[in-house]
Amino acid sequence: MTAPFDVAIIGAGPAGMAAAVMARKQGLSCVVFDEAGRPGGQIYRAVTERPERDRQDILGPDYYAGLDLVEAFQRSGAEHRAGTMVWSIAEGEIHWRSRSGSGVTFARRIVAAAGAMERPFPLRGWTLPGVMTAGAAQILLKSAGLVEDDIVFVGCGPLLYLVAAQYCRAGHPPRLVIETTPRRNLGAALPHLPRALLAARYLFKGLGLIRELRAAGVRIERGVEQVELEGEDAIRGVRWRSGGRWQRADTGRVALHQGVVPNVNLAMALRCRHLWDERQRCWRPALDEWNRSSQPWLWIAGDEAGIAGAVSARLSGAIAALDIARDLGAIDERERNRAGTPLRAALGRDRAVRPFLETLYRPSDVFVVPQADDVIICRCEEVTRGEIARVVKEGAAGPNQAKGFLRCGMGPCQGRMCGHTVTETMSALSGKGQEEIGYFRQRMPIKPITTGEIAASAPFDGAGA
Amino acid sequence: MFQRLDLREFDTSFTFAGRAIPAREGENLAAAILRADIKAFRSTPRSGAPRGPYCMMGVCFECLVTVDGEPNRQACLETVHGGMVVEPQAGAAEINR
Repeated sequence: MTAPFDVAIIGAGPAGMAAAVMARKQGLSCVVFDEAGRPGGQIYRAVTERPERDRQDILGPDYYAGLDLVEAFQRSGAEHRAGTMVWSIAEGEIHWRSRSGSGVTFARRIVAAAGAMERPFPLRGWTLPGVMTAGAAQILLKSAGLVEDDIVFVGCGPLLYLVAAQYCRAGHPPRLVIETTPRRNLGAALPHLPRALLAARYLFKGLGLIRELRAAGVRIERGVEQVELEGEDAIRGVRWRSGGRWQRADTGRVALHQGVVPNVNLAMALRCRHLWDERQRCWRPALDEWNRSSQPWLWIAGDEAGIAGAVSARLSGAIAALDIARDLGAIDERERNRAGTPLRAALGRDRAVRPFLETLYRPSDVFVVPQADDVIICRCEEVTRGEIARVVKEGAAGPNQAKGFLRCGMGPCQGRMCGHTVTETMSALSGKGQEEIGYFRQRMPIKPITTGEIAASAPFDGAGA
Repeated sequence: MFQRLDLREFDTSFTFAGRAIPAREGENLAAAILRADIKAFRSTPRSGAPRGPYCMMGVCFECLVTVDGEPNRQACLETVHGGMVVEPQAGAAEINR
């Protein structure tokens, strides 16, 4: 068996890269696993590639802000295992699969920086081909240079406006933006505005995006209370209701977005303690102030630790790596505090905008919990709201009983696309809080793999016991 | 329909459901199929309903295809290689015996 790495990091986005850079700076050996072929995560996806670097005017300066971090990461001496999917973790060991095979790598401490995913948006028709997330539309723009000339954006949150504005800059303004932010949110968010001014840059950026959409003549429908997607074998049109009146538009492509939630599967499968974050409407791991989880060998950084964006992700990755350096004895507590205090102060300033943004763009109940019985909640197993309602009526106490009766959460996505909706729906129907309802019990493997791959990754070197 | 901002010429091709699709070596497979105006990549095991890429980042498993005979590949995580044979996945994958 080869000597273990000091630190293994899962994810090469801003948090994972920053953790690797800091770990190396403290003299720790470090390996970074990432599913993508190149570092950057979703936010800085393909940032090092030409001709994407020539698209600065479309993607904007915040995207290219990732370039220096990617370069620092590539120079850091951390071992980068690109195109490698981690399917199981236990204390000290990481099981992975790549194009060239599968195996196990040993590490004394682990940082989970698996990022976020878009919150499920269970509308009637959301499973039709041609319906994707706004993040997916942005990935196609960033990494493949594709823009859809007939797209309708539906939902709420900063990313929706950002991608719509990037479409305008690319010379393809979206056909329509259907905004589902409840009108009352603005009033609720205003008390958080003074604090948000500490990170006013984000507010100006947001206002600028909306100005860009207006200048490009994009039609924006506001205060929308209901949305349905139509089509047989693919999306054909979208219907929406606002002010009690239904309207309709033809379209061949819809991009949905109502915020992002942490990727919880890994940390949940490790039985890390999680909390329900009511303002963000999602689960997040319970962490100490240095991002250590309830498993003493696991730190969680970036959006997987709670949604805060790329700048905070970078800071939290560095903070976690500093604490690991202290835990492994590379530095003492005083040194950690000396280096970590300015990082934590910067983190506090960057996050000042979050309470305002989270309250302003908090998704409405009616879009988080489907209202009609025929709406699909679990995409993989095609389980509807009506079926969930039936098992709640029959006494199912939480998502695990629902899973046993209906198979929701048992398809290849392993509950990623329905987990938050099942928790929210069972909570709404039973009147119990989300924390009491709980989440699907996650288990390894956290990605579908073959038995052959499991066998090939057994943590023995062939000598036998 | 998707329009290309990247106007570099295609340098290879592969097939999806028997149809030749022009592409660039090493580009994202799901993006190349979508660019050819194909929306459905597979059908579901339970009802047979058509599905296509939803998240483009490896989370949703809606873009499952068979690549050179290997089922259950996520097209959004695969790269294009000239001559590769890609098939839509109809329902659940068959187990190789």
